[in-house]
Parts: sequence; C-alpha cells; structure tokens
Amino acid sequence: MLLNMGPSHPAMHGTIRVMLELDGERIVNSEVEVGYLHRGFEKTCEYRTYFNLLPYTDRLNYVSPLINNLGYVMTLEKLIGVEVPERAQHIRVLMSELSRISDHLTCLAAMAMECGAFTAFLYKMKAREFLWDVIEQTTGARMTTSYIRIGGVRADLHPGFDAVLKKAIDETRLVLKDVHGLLDKNKIFLNRTRDVGVISREDAVAFGWTGPCLRSTGISYDVRKAHPYLVYDQLKWEVPLGDRGDNFDRYLVRMKEMEQSLRIIEQAAFRIPKSSPAFVAAGMSPSQAIKESRLQRVRKAIALSPNLEGSEETRYPDILASDKSFVVPPKEETYTTIEGLINHFKFFMRGHGLRPPKGEVYFAVEGGNGELGFYIVSDGTDRPYRLHLRAPCFHIVSALEQLIRGRYVADVIPTFGSMNMIGGELDR
Amino acid sequence: MEEKTIVERLREEFPAGVRESWTSLGDDVVIIDKGMLLPIATFLRDSPGEFRMLLDLTCVDYPGQEPRFEMVYHFFSLSRNRRLRIKTQISESDLRLASLTALWKNADWLEREVYDLFGVHFDGHPDLRRLFMYDGFEGHPLRKDYPLRRRQPLIRLKE
Repeated sequence: MLLNMGPSHPAMHGTIRVMLELDGERIVNSEVEVGYLHRGFEKTCEYRTYFNLLPYTDRLNYVSPLINNLGYVMTLEKLIGVEVPERAQHIRVLMSELSRISDHLTCLAAMAMECGAFTAFLYKMKAREFLWDVIEQTTGARMTTSYIRIGGVRADLHPGFDAVLKKAIDETRLVLKDVHGLLDKNKIFLNRTRDVGVISREDAVAFGWTGPCLRSTGISYDVRKAHPYLVYDQLKWEVPLGDRGDNFDRYLVRMKEMEQSLRIIEQAAFRIPKSSPAFVAAGMSPSQAIKESRLQRVRKAIALSPNLEGSEETRYPDILASDKSFVVPPKEETYTTIEGLINHFKFFMRGHGLRPPKGEVYFAVEGGNGELGFYIVSDGTDRPYRLHLRAPCFHIVSALEQLIRGRYVADVIPTFGSMNMIGGELDR
Repeated sequence: MEEKTIVERLREEFPAGVRESWTSLGDDVVIIDKGMLLPIATFLRDSPGEFRMLLDLTCVDYPGQEPRFEMVYHFFSLSRNRRLRIKTQISESDLRLASLTALWKNADWLEREVYDLFGVHFDGHPDLRRLFMYDGFEGHPLRKDYPLRRRQPLIRLKE
C-alpha cells in the first residue's frame, strides 16, 4: 500500500512529505520529499547587502535565531578580520546557549508530545517561555531577533538581565528534573524510542551528521570544542555522548547538553566584564513630562534618547568593534553632527556600505542541530556574490529513508521527532 | 612538523590532478582537475588524512567566465580535526561531473540540490531529480542569469 504522510501532517513539523510503501504496517520503502518551504534564501541574499541580509538569517532555524545570526556574522568577521570586544563575546555566548536550550526544549517537547507525553510537552514549553523572556528583554524580540551584529551585538544587556536569567535557569533546571522523571523510565516512551531509528557510527559520519545526533552515536565532535570560537575554550563544560545512536540516545544527549549549556551560561554570566555606567540623558523623564503636562504646560527639557535601550554611544566600546567601515554609527552622532550624518549615509548607501575584501570563506558554529556553516564568496562589492548555508538538519533528514526502512509506521514519528528537522533551515 | 600536509600528499599522489593550492584564512584550498575528482575524493576518504566526512558541496556560477561553474567541496577529518576545501571547474558546454554518492551517503541529496539549482549533471548518481523545485520547473534558480523575480506558479494566479 502507498501511504502519503505530510506535507501537512501534524507530526511533520515544517512541511515535509514522506511517501511510504507499506506491507501491512511495515515500511518497505519510502521517499522523503522536501522543498515545501523553499524560499530561495541563497538567491535572495545575493541581492541584499551584507548588512541587510541579517534578518533573513533569523528565519533559517527559527527556534534558535541567535545562533544563525552568530554563524553568519562570524563568517563575515572571519573574512574581514574583526576583533570583537570581550563583553560582546560573552553576550554572544550567553545568547547562543540560551537559544540552544530553547532549541533542544522545542525538539524534545514536540517529540514527547507526538509519543503521547503531553505533560512533558507543557513543562518544556513553560521553560522555553522563561528563556525567551530573557532573550526578549535584551533583544526586544522573541524569535526574529537580528541581535548579533557585525563587530558585536546590537545592544548591551538589559539592566535587569541577571534577575531574569537567574529565574530562567532555576525554572529550566526544575523542568529538566521533572522531564527526566517523566520520561527516562516511562515504558511507553521507551518502547517507542529505545532501539528505534538506530544509526551506526559509520553511517552517521557517511551521512555528514553533526551535533547531538552524531554525538548520540558516541562520536565526540562539537564545533565549540573542535574549532573553539568566542570564549568557549575558557569555560568548563563537557560534551555529553550517547552510545547506541537510537532515538532515546538522541533524547538523552539533548537533555544532558541542556545541563551543560546551563553551566556555560552560569560561567559566562559570572565572568562577563562590567559595562560602562548606563547613559542617562539630561532632563526630565518622558513619563514624568506626560504626567505634568496634564496639570500645566511643561517648559522644562525632556530627556529623549534617540537610541534603543542599551545601544547608547557610551556603550559602544563594550559591545561593538570600533571600525566605522562595518559598524553602524551611533545615533547620537547621526542626529547631531554633520560628520555623523555623512557616516550614516555612507554606511547605508548602495555600493558604499560594508565591502569585505575579495575572497571566499567558510566558517561554522555549533547550531542547535549541529555544524551550522556559512560559505560566502565575496567579489569586493557590498553584496555577497554567493552565500551558501550548510544546514545541519539537511544531512540528518537525508538519512530518514534509511532509518525507517523495515520499521513500523508508528516509528516514523519518534524517529523524525528526534531528528529535529527545521523546515526553514533545511529548505532555505 | 615532520608529517607531510595533506596538500603535499595530494600533490605527490596526483601530480597531474592538482592544479593549484593555497591557504585562505586558515583553510587549505586545492583546485583539482575535473576528471580526477573521484580518485582524489576516494584517496582523501580512505587515506591518509581520513577525511571521512563530506561537510558540504555546492556550486558557484561565474557567467561570462570560462569555465563558468565552480564546484566547491568541503571535507572534514574527524581524527585530524581539519577542514579541506576542494574546488574544480566545469564549463557550461560539458556540465558533467563524477558523483560522490558511492563514497558519501549525503552526497545523494547534496548533488540533487546542485542539479536542481544549477543544472550540473552528476554521472553515476542513482536518482538525479530535482530536490527543492517541483517537476516541470524551468531553469535553474541559483544561476546568475535566472531573474530574481521570475515566477512559475503551478496554478494560475489571480490577476
């Protein structure tokens, strides 16, 4: 019998279609069809300037957009040769680990829910909300952040960052403990994941698997350890490994990795260099002025900062590199001086902005699913000549046909769930 | 370092196949002859650097240049923790290249992607079909001469 699963099947998150050739409930053969979410990311990027295409990277792996931002920005920084301030590096580590946890939480939540464990799903979503509160507070957005910028980050951490972060860490720890208790020895969950979707080490390597899925087979490869970037080599953390390479190991590796990410966050938050005192504009605060205006006409100066919170000029040395050729000039200068205005125009004018040297570069960061690599060919103009994304889950999903061959239809769901396919990243 | 680098080994093993090599921003880049791709890839995988992983495979289009297309392969060695970039050029008149599907399993989808978006044919690929685009799609969208806003709807759009 031929059975069509997807593209809008509730368990095929992110529109993918699996054609199954069945004998009873056994899968004799299958064919995975992708491309339902193909938006032409690479083609679009060729027509956008290096600065303008940053928001497009948010939409690749939409569960951990900050890591995508980071991957793209660091590739470009490698091409230009940028020195990023220490504080910005720590902020980047904090943000990418928060994203990693939310990525893993989402993956495991969906996987657990599809196996019937709805409580685990709700717990994990709850923890993810706390993490996204932290991200939202500083970046201003939950998913489409565009926060990590060439040369640093968009804005300094929010003054209340520490308190919110502490709450998020505590809540996530509790949820992880609860989920371990709910699923680790759960017979239903074990039946559907233990020794299902097994991949051997050789096959995992031959398929180009990276990230938690590769590590679940026992191969220790993590880009953060193998090619350390930012300050990862100064922090203490371990790479959790699986053994059998089945769905349950993939679940367990992700769970353990979240604990390691929490460790990294705690260390980074402790080690982060102090920032300059916050910029306080002179005059009365806008809210005060509104209050007073109800009683009488306000004749005093009102302090209005032209900046988004946290990106004042005094903060620039902490969060952004100092080179004018690739950093957006501070708004104080743009609005008050003629040179600042010219700098601003020079930066955003077509053909004038950020122009990296001719050449090609490949750089990879550890994304939620594995090695997230960008390959950029620059021809010296302000747009990439070619931008290619090495999407980790592209390689992982290409193994799906092999993993489900000879299994039952019901095994497709947890196997597919443990792969954490993200349509935005796979189809580009 | 007493041990020979992988680029030196390649030059030794395939004196005719390796055209150029340099280091770009810390990565080794080797330009090879198109016909030697399969033997060089086999050599890279099995010995001596153990480039067991095909990280990525893509294509770059340089219209107006001869040869027009450039294939870019990224290999990774788990044991040596090194990346290697291999490039080879193919002209528009003969858009054929050996397939690596026999060596790496993910080459299957990666080559289908390049076939879909650039129109490069891979000899020896078991099932060369479009990956992202649908059957009946005309042209290859990532080529530079494909217009950004060209639409090919399957269903007639409302005027």
